[in-house]
Amino acid sequence: MSDTIELAAPGRPLGVYTRPRDNTGWRGWITTVDHKKIGILYGVTAMVFFGIGGLEALLIRLQLATPDGTVLGADTYNRVFTMHGVTMVFLVIMPLAAAFANYLLPLQIGARDVAFPRLNALSYWVFLAGGLFLNVSWLLGDSPDGGWFAYAPNTGVVFSPGHGMDYYILGLQITGIASLISAMNLIVTVLNMRTPGMTLFKMPVMTWMILVVQFLLLFAVPVITVALFLLLFDRSFGANFFNPEMGGDPLLWQHLFWIFGHPEVYILILPSFGIISEVIPTFSRKPLFGYPFMVFSGIAIGFMGWGVWAHHMFVSGIGPISVAAFSMSTMFIAVPTGVKILNWLATMWGGKIKFTVAMLFAFGVVSMFTIGGLSGVTHSVAPADTQQTDTYYIVAHFHYVIFGGSLLGIFAGFYFWWPKVFGHLLSEKLGKWNFWLMIIGFNMTFGPMHILGLQGMSRRIDSYSPGFGFEFWNMFASIGSFIIALGVLMFVINVIASARRARHEPPVGPDPWDARSLEWFTPNPTPVHNFDELIQVDSLDEFWHRKYAEDENGRVVRVATAEEVCQDGSATDTHLPSPSYWPFVMAAGFPFVGFGLIYTLWICIPGALLILMAIYGWIFEPTDDPDGPHGHHADDPSDHDEAEASSEAAGETAEEAPVG
Amino acid sequence: MADVAAVDNGHGTGTGLSNNKLLMWVFLGSECLLFGGLISTYLIYRSRYADGPAPGDIFDIPFTSVSSFILLMSSLTMVLSLSALQRGDIRNNRVWLLATALLGSLFIGGQVYEFTTFLREGLGYTTSPFSSAFFTLTGFHGIHVSLGIVMLVSLLIASFRGTLTKERSETVEIVGLYWHFVDVVWIFIFTVIYLVPSPTS
Repeated sequence: MSDTIELAAPGRPLGVYTRPRDNTGWRGWITTVDHKKIGILYGVTAMVFFGIGGLEALLIRLQLATPDGTVLGADTYNRVFTMHGVTMVFLVIMPLAAAFANYLLPLQIGARDVAFPRLNALSYWVFLAGGLFLNVSWLLGDSPDGGWFAYAPNTGVVFSPGHGMDYYILGLQITGIASLISAMNLIVTVLNMRTPGMTLFKMPVMTWMILVVQFLLLFAVPVITVALFLLLFDRSFGANFFNPEMGGDPLLWQHLFWIFGHPEVYILILPSFGIISEVIPTFSRKPLFGYPFMVFSGIAIGFMGWGVWAHHMFVSGIGPISVAAFSMSTMFIAVPTGVKILNWLATMWGGKIKFTVAMLFAFGVVSMFTIGGLSGVTHSVAPADTQQTDTYYIVAHFHYVIFGGSLLGIFAGFYFWWPKVFGHLLSEKLGKWNFWLMIIGFNMTFGPMHILGLQGMSRRIDSYSPGFGFEFWNMFASIGSFIIALGVLMFVINVIASARRARHEPPVGPDPWDARSLEWFTPNPTPVHNFDELIQVDSLDEFWHRKYAEDENGRVVRVATAEEVCQDGSATDTHLPSPSYWPFVMAAGFPFVGFGLIYTLWICIPGALLILMAIYGWIFEPTDDPDGPHGHHADDPSDHDEAEASSEAAGETAEEAPVG
Repeated sequence: MADVAAVDNGHGTGTGLSNNKLLMWVFLGSECLLFGGLISTYLIYRSRYADGPAPGDIFDIPFTSVSSFILLMSSLTMVLSLSALQRGDIRNNRVWLLATALLGSLFIGGQVYEFTTFLREGLGYTTSPFSSAFFTLTGFHGIHVSLGIVMLVSLLIASFRGTLTKERSETVEIVGLYWHFVDVVWIFIFTVIYLVPSPTS
């Protein structure tokens, strides 16, 4: 689509295709193309799905708390653990990372928005459509039950005759579109739109990690797209990709899924690595130790993540040479990860550490992820892995990585950037309750699973008989899971209480943490145009270097207050892209296509019409609203007055709006 | 302002490419993995033809060579149309755009003919893993060519509406990137499916 966009009627509305103007109220949210609002939408939506996925987790733990559990039947249990995995991976961690990427990435590179604001809105709405589509399957009584990995041929029509796996296939296909669009958009944004002076090696580590993640998405999503298409064609049109009777190979699915699935693991963890690489230096009062090593180890993880997928398949009979090769590569990938952990520790070493809640969560990541990483190394030893496969040891491992690594890092980000987004701090006192309840509950829940796994308890079973020695630790883990839930509840209470308290308190000021990177040049909360004027970057941690300098004795002294350095957000002459209806309309079409493919093809028609209408709307809406807020920035070389701008509408102004 | 500069044919962007052009390059990078997955699937299944026709029995290599040649020539006409517009030659730009779209359509016509012939000879979509993989891979490529034709026709419409001017030649260039990519992918697919000796029953 992008290539035909420039054909849009220049400057003048065409019939119904005017652009919306209302930036307020619910209309403002639906039509917004502002990366900050889209970031908030991602965050809120993902937290709602987090509630759903969390309830599913509690149901699992209730069922397994005692032997011969009767809370869920076997069939429901399959659906619940499948949807728990799918929800937490695709609808919670990935969009939460997208929330941080959307809100902070343009700010950290000093840009006013992403390269393609409308595509950005589209990726959010398509993600929401996919998430709702997946969860609607609960209401229609046929939700996915084949595990988040959906191994074919178990998920083929013979063994999964219901519509559950169709929801899985189409739901992930829809969210995949969202991830792909967002990845392309953010890559172009980082590569093309950095503020003057910001070379790639002056970008914050967080920006780097998000960039690496977008490349992983760019190349990993099409692989699962292929796998899902093949399975869809098998199920819907009788193709033979995974039909062993005709010579179809069950391992094909496993290979395709894990070629996507292992980079996906790094897609989940690297944003969190980025977040704590900003949090730890700020609260250690030191620059990040070994910046180039941090960047290159992140890139190395991105590359090596493509060469380890078959360690998920050591017991599937791939042969001794493959097993040996993937054992080696899996051991090697621990090296760049270890480099990161050592660098975080070296950053803290000798620093004046402030134990804020954000810093506590960052400690949580470093310690918990190290445990998860070490149990990961035990999987790379193939003979040991053969014993661990499909036991609770694996469940323990990946929860230490994804909960202990990704989710705790995201919570660190919440506490750190809350003032940036909402203009007030979260309560540190409630935050400490939040942190300690979560970390204690987390270790109570998933720590014992190592023991259960080594004792031989299989994962994915809906119940176990008494007398195997599983009773105590299962009960213990279930109690732990409810402590996690209490911790999350503390976070929700904190959000509400802090917002209430903020009404009676003075604003938080521009720089509550004495921070380092570019986003803190803007006032809190960030104004709609981000920067009053673009920032000339001379060094890594530019914001910090404008506040501090060395005196004649080489001691670091404060040379400017944050108020002197920060912009006041008063610029009013900034050109902003107009909102648009079409991303929402297009996204609304996708679930209809999905329902059509599941039930009857007729339902595809309204979906296709919506998408088609949106494409035309997208192309034909004026690239800008001629009556909307207009004007150019003072130091913009193409600056000219309004009359001139409108007389040249066909030329200059039409080109100025980012056309995504 | 970065986002202003970014659309101005790449002046002042980090890479020197405009946002739109870079987006297309990035998208094509992703497409490599899509076709990579489909081609790998075909390579695994090319000798698993169950009770159906084997690939070596059914392919008409001279016919497909001709249609491949037609598709490759469309890349040449695509380049000619871009170069015409960059010189400001609107008329030749339209002629070559039309030629590209027609050559692409000819290729798609050849594919439809090939598919129906195979179907008549007993190679259906559900016949064997080989048949499923063959139709899926070539079908995905055919859909890509068809979307390219839609883009070319859109460019022609824009040209007749008067909005496709010399200053906007980058739009043609971006569609050209897509078109050349689809051609290059076909070279791989043609080699893998037709030129590598196929098993016979």
